[in-house]
Amino acid sequence: MDALDLLDLDSLIEETDAALREVVRRFGAERVAPRVPGWFERADLSPDQVRELAVELGSIGLLGMHLHGYGCAGTSATAYGLACLELEAVDAGLRSLVSVQGSLVMFAIHRFGSEAQRQQWLPRLAAGTAIGCFGLTEADFGSNPAGMRSTARRDGTDWVLQGTKMWITNGSLADVAIIWARSIDEDGQPGPIRGFVVPTDTPGFSATTIHHKLSLRASITAELVLEGVRLPADAVLPEAVGLRAPLSCLDEARFGIVFGVMGAARSCYEVARDYALTRVQFDRPIAAFQLTQAKLAEMAVAVGQGTLLALHLGRLKDAGSLLAEQVSAGKFANVPAALQVARTARSILGGNGITLEYPVIRHMLNLETVLTYEGTHEMHTLVLGAAITGIPAFR
Amino acid sequence: MAEPRRVLVLVKYVPDAAGERSFADADSTTVRTTEGLLSELDEYAVEEALSLAESGGWEVTVATMGPEQAGAAIRKALQMGADAGIHISDEALHGTDALGTSAVLAAAVRKFSDEGGCDLLLCGMASTDAGMSVIPAMLAERLGLPQVSFASQLSVEGDTVRIRRDSETATETIESRLPAVVSVTDQINEPRYPSFKGIMAAKKKPVTTWSLADLGIEPAEVGLAASWSPVTEVSKRPPRGQGTIITDDGEGGVALAEFLAAEKFI
Repeated sequence: MDALDLLDLDSLIEETDAALREVVRRFGAERVAPRVPGWFERADLSPDQVRELAVELGSIGLLGMHLHGYGCAGTSATAYGLACLELEAVDAGLRSLVSVQGSLVMFAIHRFGSEAQRQQWLPRLAAGTAIGCFGLTEADFGSNPAGMRSTARRDGTDWVLQGTKMWITNGSLADVAIIWARSIDEDGQPGPIRGFVVPTDTPGFSATTIHHKLSLRASITAELVLEGVRLPADAVLPEAVGLRAPLSCLDEARFGIVFGVMGAARSCYEVARDYALTRVQFDRPIAAFQLTQAKLAEMAVAVGQGTLLALHLGRLKDAGSLLAEQVSAGKFANVPAALQVARTARSILGGNGITLEYPVIRHMLNLETVLTYEGTHEMHTLVLGAAITGIPAFR
Repeated sequence: MAEPRRVLVLVKYVPDAAGERSFADADSTTVRTTEGLLSELDEYAVEEALSLAESGGWEVTVATMGPEQAGAAIRKALQMGADAGIHISDEALHGTDALGTSAVLAAAVRKFSDEGGCDLLLCGMASTDAGMSVIPAMLAERLGLPQVSFASQLSVEGDTVRIRRDSETATETIESRLPAVVSVTDQINEPRYPSFKGIMAAKKKPVTTWSLADLGIEPAEVGLAASWSPVTEVSKRPPRGQGTIITDDGEGGVALAEFLAAEKFI
């Protein structure tokens, strides 16, 4: 019996997927884990360090790993999920980098881009020699992106982008941004939301790093300003017409989150178990006390349940039958479960639980972001409500 | 384009040192664990072969001898980038000692060589389980090939392999004609992580299985019964003692010094 895999979920993982996971686990433990607490504590992860990380991730094949062609590895979706799990076991910031690059930016170009756009960007993004960001959210339009104020005005054959985007991971170091904006034709009539492939050195594009975060501190977040960014006709993603396109990108990234948060939870559980077995109070390890055992049992079962759910969704995705509502169910269930595991682990670690000597409070703080981004917990609740009753509560 | 030259890397499937260990009851020969893997010291030999291949003109084949699970060691090497694998597997091999192993491997090398030539044999410096370090020498002797051991640097020019060997007192540069048997140390390179593309591609790479019959070896020549130096008994070492705990109530340093003096450390 493996205390860290109570339900023997490893037996559900195919050999190739297990081999891929092992590489990510080893890479995370050897190359990133030792540096993360420092980055988090000082919030000083630099653009150059992100670039170095991206190249390392790219050389393994982690970026856009479940896409096919254009330098991508073409793994199963389940393998991608397991990679997210291992990355987030190190830090959600690391997983976010991979989510944004692979599921948001590369997926958008792969799924909605022209052949020329794919050829131009995907191999470099897969190699990690180019960094991408994804601009959908605005300061006043988070859960309701349909209300966005950013516009793409047609001017002859050109497009001119105007607006701001908020909470953009890697926005201030990206080489390319996928920007979503309300199209406006030459007569000033608003049209559908369109997506644009924007090289970040285009005049009028600027980004400012957002500071003072107490979560995802080992990740760079920015605000983007688009001030009359003039783009040629071929900058638009030809297949992306309407809000459904960017939302489908979010479904991709969210799928990784369903797995990822279980990595954070497993890390917390593992640390709490070790700590409980070695920390002595009243002349016994605290693991000998019934209250601690109840906590450990809750954590072990929660990690098992959440991982099992993620694996099930992975199988559905690999079979091509996964529904967006099912991904919502995954995020709805797993993020709060992971948060609860982190908080319980924190309580087992007592005072030590609030220090960065242990990963627990770092995971706990990161998970507060994860609860909100890629669709807030509230929105997923309502998505499920609509799926169950047939009555949308928010439209 | 010229035919690629062929390097054969001999690797071993060993118990995961991090895993739980238990001993087989029946013959006490084998340390069993639930999980095994490609011996870490052999990863350096695989990596060196892959660097040769990247310099152009080499094809990398990996061979192992062991039960069915040992295929995992081959798969790992294929995932790292090797081109093909050979798995020498036979019920009768169970319990074979180093002499028997070297005889089987020598026969496999001859067969490999007959089928397309063999320009270089690479081995790790030792296995991480038995740690005998004798296979390269035995193999070279059986094959009548030069042996160059413990290479911390390797280069090939034409039909010559040149290695550096670092000992405590000197650094030697040694040359040998090819083909040769070369063992490499853990200083020679930094083995790569298998890339995802490598892992995906490994599924389609050829792995050939050879039995003793394929190699023309009689079962009676190998196995536990034919072992020159069978292990007759294995028992677990008792766990290390608790040690002495000195509580520092202001005199801790004195107590520590007394302990060290009593043990003749100072």
